[in-house]
Amino acid sequence: MIRMPLRPLARVLDARARGENPDAIERENIRRRHYEMHDRFRRRSEGRILLLGAFFLAAFAAVGARLGALALSEPREPRTASAAGVGIVAQRADIVDRRGRILATNIGTYSLYAQPPLMVDKAAAAQALAGIFPDLDERDLLSKFSGKRKFLWVRKKLSPEQMQAVHDIGDPGLLFGPREMRLYPNGRLAAHVLGGASFGREGVSAAEVIGVAGVERALDDTLRDPANGGRPLALSLDLTVQAATRRVLEGGMKLMNARGATAVLMDVHTGEVIALVSLPDFDPNDRPRRSLGGDPADNPLFNRAVQGVYELGSTYKIFAAAQALDLGLASPDTMIDTRGPLRWGRYRIRDFHDYGDRLSLTDVIVKSSNVGIARVAQQIGAGRQQAFLKSLGLFEPLPLEMVEAKGSRPLLPAKWSEISTMTVSYGHGISASPVHLAAAYATLVNGGTRVRPTLLRQDGPQQGERVVTPETSRQIRHMLRQVVVRGTASFGEVAGYEVGGKTGTADKPKPTGGYYDDKVIATFASIFPASDPRYVLVVTLDEPVETSGPKPRRTAGWTAVPVAAEIIRRVAPLLDLRPRIEPLRPPAVTLTGN
Amino acid sequence: MTEMVYGTLSVRENEPILPRWWRTVDGWALSSVFLLFAIGLLLGLAASPPLAARNGLEPFHYVQRQAIFGGMALVAMLVLSMMSPRAVRRIGVFGFVLAFAALALLPAFGTDFGKGAVRWFSLGFAAVQPSEFLKPGFVIMAAWLLAAGLEINGPPGRTWSLILTLVIVGLLAIQPDFGQATLFLFGWGVMYFVAGAPFLLLTGLAGLVLFGGMFAYENSEHFARRIDGFLSAEVDPTTQIGYAANAIREGGLFGVGVGEGQVKWSLPDAHTDFIIAVAAEEYGMVLIVLIIALYAVIVLSSLWRLIRERDPFIRLAGTGLVTVFGVQALVNMGVAVRLLPAKGMTLPFVSYGGSSLIAMGIVMGMLFALTRSRPQGELGDHFRPVGAGR
Repeated sequence: MIRMPLRPLARVLDARARGENPDAIERENIRRRHYEMHDRFRRRSEGRILLLGAFFLAAFAAVGARLGALALSEPREPRTASAAGVGIVAQRADIVDRRGRILATNIGTYSLYAQPPLMVDKAAAAQALAGIFPDLDERDLLSKFSGKRKFLWVRKKLSPEQMQAVHDIGDPGLLFGPREMRLYPNGRLAAHVLGGASFGREGVSAAEVIGVAGVERALDDTLRDPANGGRPLALSLDLTVQAATRRVLEGGMKLMNARGATAVLMDVHTGEVIALVSLPDFDPNDRPRRSLGGDPADNPLFNRAVQGVYELGSTYKIFAAAQALDLGLASPDTMIDTRGPLRWGRYRIRDFHDYGDRLSLTDVIVKSSNVGIARVAQQIGAGRQQAFLKSLGLFEPLPLEMVEAKGSRPLLPAKWSEISTMTVSYGHGISASPVHLAAAYATLVNGGTRVRPTLLRQDGPQQGERVVTPETSRQIRHMLRQVVVRGTASFGEVAGYEVGGKTGTADKPKPTGGYYDDKVIATFASIFPASDPRYVLVVTLDEPVETSGPKPRRTAGWTAVPVAAEIIRRVAPLLDLRPRIEPLRPPAVTLTGN
Repeated sequence: MTEMVYGTLSVRENEPILPRWWRTVDGWALSSVFLLFAIGLLLGLAASPPLAARNGLEPFHYVQRQAIFGGMALVAMLVLSMMSPRAVRRIGVFGFVLAFAALALLPAFGTDFGKGAVRWFSLGFAAVQPSEFLKPGFVIMAAWLLAAGLEINGPPGRTWSLILTLVIVGLLAIQPDFGQATLFLFGWGVMYFVAGAPFLLLTGLAGLVLFGGMFAYENSEHFARRIDGFLSAEVDPTTQIGYAANAIREGGLFGVGVGEGQVKWSLPDAHTDFIIAVAAEEYGMVLIVLIIALYAVIVLSSLWRLIRERDPFIRLAGTGLVTVFGVQALVNMGVAVRLLPAKGMTLPFVSYGGSSLIAMGIVMGMLFALTRSRPQGELGDHFRPVGAGR
């Protein structure tokens, strides 16, 4: 490009010579250059303006096309997309027992809501509603209807009769929204396992049903997952067994004047909880509000079998015995020094009765000697004892599929000293829930492999890690059987079912420290049939007193054991266990002559 | 002098103003504007009685007001369109200073009429929205600065106009009125584009706008709610957009009939932002297509005339005005058919609203003044196809 100066010197000099203003030359040059520039700019802009025009044309065409698509489509019934209605999946899967019988299901019902702007006669409507629902206050309703609110819930669930009555009021501002509500047809049965449900997010046309406790809460996502297609959730519980257990336990609790009771029936191979009862219980259809204050253990919502972390007393003795057998420290016949009291520092360990100087290990268990088992524990030592109890699952919260399982963390001695080793061996200074105990017993007697309790139906036995040898397991079963045959649990004998087990009577700790003299937790952990165990049953009574004798009796042998025996008598046939009846003597040949 | 070449314009000395105006004005676009205004009145008859009923006024109160304002707007448009580009520039710059001052004073003296954004001055008999009046002035001012920047020894017009734009956008954002702010930004962008912006810079600018939008989404609940409403696949039938979409469906090709529409009873903005829905329901798709066509004629005809314009200021100001006008129409209709998220923008000459009507009259008046045919210099132009490039 040739640059032309705006003030060419030659012309400027020329102009000056002629007496003209040289600025005119510059102005003329600028004008010319502007003209050229404008030409250039215009050429550049032309394409860009055309592009702009094309953009506008395309945009108008797009609006037109979109309009056409919209105008020529069929009007559809508008679907609610408001925030309240989005994503409420109403369908919640049923819960069934191990044989497919329904434990929890849904029924359709209606909720009642009001839209005050639509109401004709607010005063009459409030009066009529208060008449139908005695718990509603007429004045309160009227003030709500007269206020600024355009929408309010009146009742979350209606019975058909109530619905008809509301319908008969005839007010257009009272409206019904369809609802699915959770129904527990068996009432109080398995209430603690199931927990309960309530409404979550609510819309006019649907409401979320969410679990608030138990299995309903723990498996809430699974139950509501649309991907499962409403497939029922099968629990390990057996409805009939659960019903029989609850019934017997309730009677037993009354007979033994107990404050509360719990029973856990578990399959020793699969870890399935077949029945789990905690009394007092509640109706999940009408779940009581969480009571504030008072002893939480008296609340019917409190699940003793899982949340009740108790010192379970002598039932723990079998763990020390099993470990001694497994480590080869003793055989069932090894004689143990049982001279009491056993002094350790300022502590004294004594027995209920004096059992003489020496007992075999089997008899230590059979007679339940604290001194004997403490000496065994001394030999085992704190480290090995802790490792063994831990391998039985007695140190962690239960892996059960219910939210309350988080509250089942066992209480352990703060400092595991040698005296702790000794007291733990007979179940003092360590607390765990009855389900913990059942799982630990199942582990010991099923051949020696670890069992983890579950509430879901399993297809086969658990392949847990080995805890004790099969031989130890066999010896343990024998010992437990001997406890029933000739020991503390003699009331536990059920003809034909070879019950074995171990009693435990622990003084209840005072909240202020120390122990009560007259309040105990009586436990009987039983297995049946002892020769080839199928089930573990743990029965625990809270503060039982047996008053048929001259003195009130509180030991487990007099309280928990008879209740457990009755449960087994009732439940074993339901579990398809055939009683083993001693064969009749073969008919002798009698010679007859005539 | 004989006209030697077809299409050249003779410059006649001492020709009276009106004949010369009639000879040179963009007749297509002018007719379209009048038609649009007529359609607006017709739709007002349908759309505004519910509002009048709600406010306890006689049924056609708003139609009368619209006619009065429309008359003022059309007069302003005609008067402006008779002026020379130089006079347009002077008026525009003067108007810009006034409107800018008014906009800046809004936070102190403005009112929000309970709608959550301070955009109006209440004058008792009418409300004035300064941002509407700022549009023509801003376009003229920015075009003047950009054009001056292209001159030899000119001022740095690009930078100045950009600063001006950003200040205005800032003022609008605090109202908040992101729709108008975007419109101003877009208008300036188009002018800069026509003035010869590098393409790289334009893409960068587009990215910036996107980023700004995301920032607004994060920080303004008002803004975020509208975007969310747009992005959700299902239309909530109880929102304005839901009603509008439903109305368009109901209308179909030929509408449900005059006075038979229902949407005007449920939409609070039936007479302004969603008038297109009322039109679609009562008169059907046919009328909407006509309206779209009228807007397209105005925009394209003006652009066509501006292509041949030699003067940079006229070209830039013209494209700026066309853009402001066209984009506003596009956004309004785009919202009604759910192509764009809900944004409060009126439909030029059709929606009810004094400020918007008069401001659009001024915009179109200036545009017509700038697009009038005038001699464009060289004979060679007539032998060169338009758009043949450099």
